[in-house]
Amino acid sequence: MPVTREGHAVAWPGRPTATIKGWQVRIPLVKRCAEPPTVIGRAVDADARPRPTEIVVITTTDLTKVYRSRGREVTALAGVDLHVRPGEVYGVVGTSGAGKSTLIRCVNMLERPTSGTVSVDGVELTALSGGENRAGRELREARRRIGMVFQHFNLLASRTVQQNVELPLEIIGLDRTQRRRKAAELLDLVGLGDKARSYPNQLSGGQKQRVGIARALAGDPKVLLSDEATSALDPETTRSILKLLRDLNQQLGLTVLLITHEMDVIKSVCDSAALMRGGRVVESGELADLLAKPGSELARELFPLSEFGTGHAGTTVLEITFQGDTSAQPFVSQLARTYQIDINILGAAVETISGRMVGRMRVELAGSHQDNVVPIGYLREQGLQVDVLGAVNGVVA
Amino acid sequence: MTWDQMQELMWPATQETFQMVGVATFCTVLLGLPLGVLLVLTSKGGALQNQPVNKVLGAVVNVARSLPFIILMIALISFTRWLTGNSLGWQAATVPLTVGAIPFFARLVETSVREVDRGLIEAVQAMGGSTWTLVRKTLVPEALPGIVASVTTTIIALIGYSAMAGTVGGGGLGDLAYRYGYLRFETTFMWIIVALIAIIVTVIQLAGDLAVRRLANRGRGGGRTRLLRPRAVTPDEDLVAS
Repeated sequence: MPVTREGHAVAWPGRPTATIKGWQVRIPLVKRCAEPPTVIGRAVDADARPRPTEIVVITTTDLTKVYRSRGREVTALAGVDLHVRPGEVYGVVGTSGAGKSTLIRCVNMLERPTSGTVSVDGVELTALSGGENRAGRELREARRRIGMVFQHFNLLASRTVQQNVELPLEIIGLDRTQRRRKAAELLDLVGLGDKARSYPNQLSGGQKQRVGIARALAGDPKVLLSDEATSALDPETTRSILKLLRDLNQQLGLTVLLITHEMDVIKSVCDSAALMRGGRVVESGELADLLAKPGSELARELFPLSEFGTGHAGTTVLEITFQGDTSAQPFVSQLARTYQIDINILGAAVETISGRMVGRMRVELAGSHQDNVVPIGYLREQGLQVDVLGAVNGVVA
Repeated sequence: MTWDQMQELMWPATQETFQMVGVATFCTVLLGLPLGVLLVLTSKGGALQNQPVNKVLGAVVNVARSLPFIILMIALISFTRWLTGNSLGWQAATVPLTVGAIPFFARLVETSVREVDRGLIEAVQAMGGSTWTLVRKTLVPEALPGIVASVTTTIIALIGYSAMAGTVGGGGLGDLAYRYGYLRFETTFMWIIVALIAIIVTVIQLAGDLAVRRLANRGRGGGRTRLLRPRAVTPDEDLVAS
């Protein structure tokens, strides 16, 4: 698909689109889909920042999953809407039991959702036949174009590394020479060209996961699902695997949907993220937008400042977030000089989040909020995001 | 009895035992392996989940396993005659041996196949593999060490059963020990035969264990290297350790 990582290109050959009441919609291709057209983005965005028309590669609509066992019902998913755009790395984060694992397994129908729809790359998977354990032909064919990597790698101990990578190719039906060539290419891509004849038992965890990734890429998928792929690995190996995912995302334009319980994973590779709790998506969006959003829970988790001081009585505490260019400005000294005020820095941190420099600073100004309206206005004029945490005793809002 | 006389009787009997057990093992694996896999596939959560079929197969296997072999052999005489055109001799004895061993072997296979990691099954499903792909490329290859161990156990059980094959004129070592050793009070001859059977069983068990170890150790260096000399640390293991 001619889509760049930034999502500029909107051409989707063969996908008719139309504009209805200012909303860009896609007309579903599958005829039996008796649904109204899916809304894929606003043609005229109300936001000040114009953004490219949104197209999606993975969509879930009002997805629910209820497990029934011995008369008891457990709701794992309670209406999840997810929209993953082509070429992005989308992270779903949440504590265990939040439903993120069920969600990703619903995306390729390893679990059948109780209700709701799942579409991947234009195919509505929920409309295809087959039970949880026995997929119909169409679903099997759709799955061949969705790669999946697992927390525990799930490599066959009876096969060599190369044979493991060849397995999906055998399923697709390539002949021996084609399989060999493709497997060698994939192993080179993940940096394991010299391990083709080893068995999984001879590899370290990180190497096993690289094989898992090579295997997942064998069917030339557009979408890669990653189910806690780095959770069984040490921090250093985690970083190298995440870097590999990022590289593949950039080189191949691969869309990655990953679930994790580690904020660091989101921070280091994701373009967008969703926070799940109790089977629902509580918050979602692009990381850059989330960080700029006042009171964002994800942003606070990504960039915790809670350990910083919370200020003294009779003062105003501000939290200043700066991204990209604005981080280069000496705004604290400018503010102090311009308004002749004293600024007490309670804490500050700078981090790189999805490739962008983001900084946060908590400062304390003497006087109440009213006394400080002008300096706050000045900071906002500089393009900084300023959250007033509260006057008087500075309790975090 | 002189040693020469004993030998004259023993070698044909040994041959008969091998023929009976060999053919029966072959047929048992041929029919019992699919049955064992089917028991797993039709069970709850399996790829071909089907409770009625699973229950019926399970019941048939249980009934067949609880029949004493000697009864089974006599009950199957007419079936044997229909199948082999004869109800006597080692060829005829293979039929009840096979029928008796299939449920036994199927249960052992079921246990091994059930132990294949659920994650592997999911991985194959996520790749878009069919149930047949799952069985042929994952369940059986991954359970192979267990299946080979099951074959070993089955061969040894069949050697035991084959002693009773004398009832239908099947011959073999067990029958020889019974007729000469027990009925004719040739105690020495009986013990010699028992020792011979013990040696055969031991050799089969060792060979089976070796095969299992080699299969289970795929990727951890061949079995023989480890048996004969201390394990050298390979560069691969260095990587694992680091």
